[in-house]
Amino acid sequence: MPIVVKKLSFTYSAKTPYERKALNNINLQINEGDFLGIIGHTGSGKSTFIQHINGLIKPQEGEIEIFDIKLTPQKRPKVNLRALRSQVGMVFQYPEYQLFADTVEKDVAFGPKNLGLSAEEVSSRVKEAIEMVGLDYEAVKDRAPFELSGGQKRRVAIAGIIAMRPKMLILDEPTAGLDPFGKEQILNLIKYLKTHCSPTIVVISHDIDEITRFANRIVVFNDSRIVYDEPMQQLFKHSIQLQNMGLDIPRAVKIANAMRDRGVDLGDDIVTAEDLMAAIVEKYNEKHGTQIDKNACVFDMYDFSQKWLTSEERAALEGENNLQKTEEEKPEKSGKNKSKTKRSKKSKE
Amino acid sequence: MRDISFGQYYPVSSFIHNIDARIKILVTLLFMITVFFIVSYTAFVFMFFLLALVIAISHVPYKIVLKTIKGILFLLIFTALINIFFTSSGNVLIPIRMGQLVINITDQGINFAVKMALRFTLLVLGSSILTLTTTPTELTDALEYLLKPLKLIKIPVHDLAIIMSIALRFIPGLVEETDKIMMAQKARGANLDSGNLFKKIKAMLPVLIPLFVSAFRRADELADALDARCYNASTTRTKMKVFKIKASDIIMFICFAAVMTAILLDKYYVGVFVTAPDLNGFEVQGLDIFIYNIFNRIG
Repeated sequence: MPIVVKKLSFTYSAKTPYERKALNNINLQINEGDFLGIIGHTGSGKSTFIQHINGLIKPQEGEIEIFDIKLTPQKRPKVNLRALRSQVGMVFQYPEYQLFADTVEKDVAFGPKNLGLSAEEVSSRVKEAIEMVGLDYEAVKDRAPFELSGGQKRRVAIAGIIAMRPKMLILDEPTAGLDPFGKEQILNLIKYLKTHCSPTIVVISHDIDEITRFANRIVVFNDSRIVYDEPMQQLFKHSIQLQNMGLDIPRAVKIANAMRDRGVDLGDDIVTAEDLMAAIVEKYNEKHGTQIDKNACVFDMYDFSQKWLTSEERAALEGENNLQKTEEEKPEKSGKNKSKTKRSKKSKE
Repeated sequence: MRDISFGQYYPVSSFIHNIDARIKILVTLLFMITVFFIVSYTAFVFMFFLLALVIAISHVPYKIVLKTIKGILFLLIFTALINIFFTSSGNVLIPIRMGQLVINITDQGINFAVKMALRFTLLVLGSSILTLTTTPTELTDALEYLLKPLKLIKIPVHDLAIIMSIALRFIPGLVEETDKIMMAQKARGANLDSGNLFKKIKAMLPVLIPLFVSAFRRADELADALDARCYNASTTRTKMKVFKIKASDIIMFICFAAVMTAILLDKYYVGVFVTAPDLNGFEVQGLDIFIYNIFNRIG
């Protein structure tokens, strides 16, 4: 059952000098299995929009249908918000600021307890959630959340949400304020959660290079409206319009555009660094009659280094990655893992 | 939460907004004192009319100014009831007997109660006009200026002013933070607004703890930032916005002085020239005597 938003509008502090229109006639359908990226400026309405999906804000105009629950401006019938919130998990910006309990275990248990589950069910869910975010349950369960590192705190906070087993997960700037390594871990965690926890994921991010690494569809908010809603590969045809709105475009797209301006057309569907490298290699082969494997380059965006691997090395690396679930201890592997998934997807096409 | 408008600055441009904050504070102070010298209903009507005029000039909608009374409505009713039930002088209108206890509602009691309520209302409305038309920064700057003489007796006025302006500056941020944390906990299924008082307090813990943690973190960061810029409260520093008295400020002050004189005249002199009617202990004061006499003659 998809999420359908119809003609949604919202105004903050209506009829005062502080009045601000946040949403203006929003229509959107989020399908089950979507990995949706939302981009837009601060104040473009994207945060207000996702708060609507979780029933934190009551619609002023229009309606939203989420998993058979209907949200409308009318007071009646009363909506079971708790049921809604157990199905739509919401990870706010800087979620570690919401931690409050004296142990990690109690904090993660807060959500499931509020759902009125039995004690055994709660503790089994807590254990599962903590392990799912890649933390060692036995090691962290009795520690105070405030003692943990920034990235760990954030993962505990995310565990607190997924312990409610939502069918859909919304994350607002999940990597804000983390170092590159922490970012990488959270991104991998989100991908992992997509397959193991909630099949539908919505991520808000400022960092376009980050969003292009996993989203399959991107919605662009500008001035409280949706201006683009396109599959990821299609979006950057509007590069110029996006840049005019003051939004960033992926580095690979920038390079491809710059090369096109200089007379080298690499094609339209370049979004990630891997796409770019493959296209360049292909072009080179075409021109010089060489036979270089276009998928042989592994580009680690956070390492800013590129490596050429032989097919054996690559096979070995892929085998290693399959064994590993969360890539916690080995920072170098995570980048390669990502390239691997991208490439295998591409080769299927 | 986001709609806290009690006494909040209302950002429009008007004659009242542009008056020097120091003058505004002084006038408000004088106004508060004056309010306690009002004795006749005629003077009350005059004062309310004056306030309405000032609000009209300030371009702040009446609705927003009147909202501030909501906050003290309970206090207003409570004091009025106390005055009505516990004033025994004057003519008894309704005698209430409960066994041994005798409570008489007298005309004098009602008179007191009404006047007290009117005074309270004037006080609140007057001071809310000050906060609605003056930014918190202007307010603290002006206060610092006005409290300067206290430096002579070694009171650290500047430090107090900076503490006050920091506190004021943090309020919107903390309100926003509370809003965010409440949303985050609600998203985790927290039930923040049902159950009895004890349950409610317990339910607020997941909001209060993160809020305190973040308040301390912010305070720490601010202290570091002040320290990093070698902030030192004891040195004299210049102001970005220097106060300058304009002609309009002086006119405003003179107008108000005239109003105050009128009120004092009403209390101390009007009654001297006309004889007060004998109403069995019920006091008629000031200009009310005139009006009473006129009505009596017509009747």
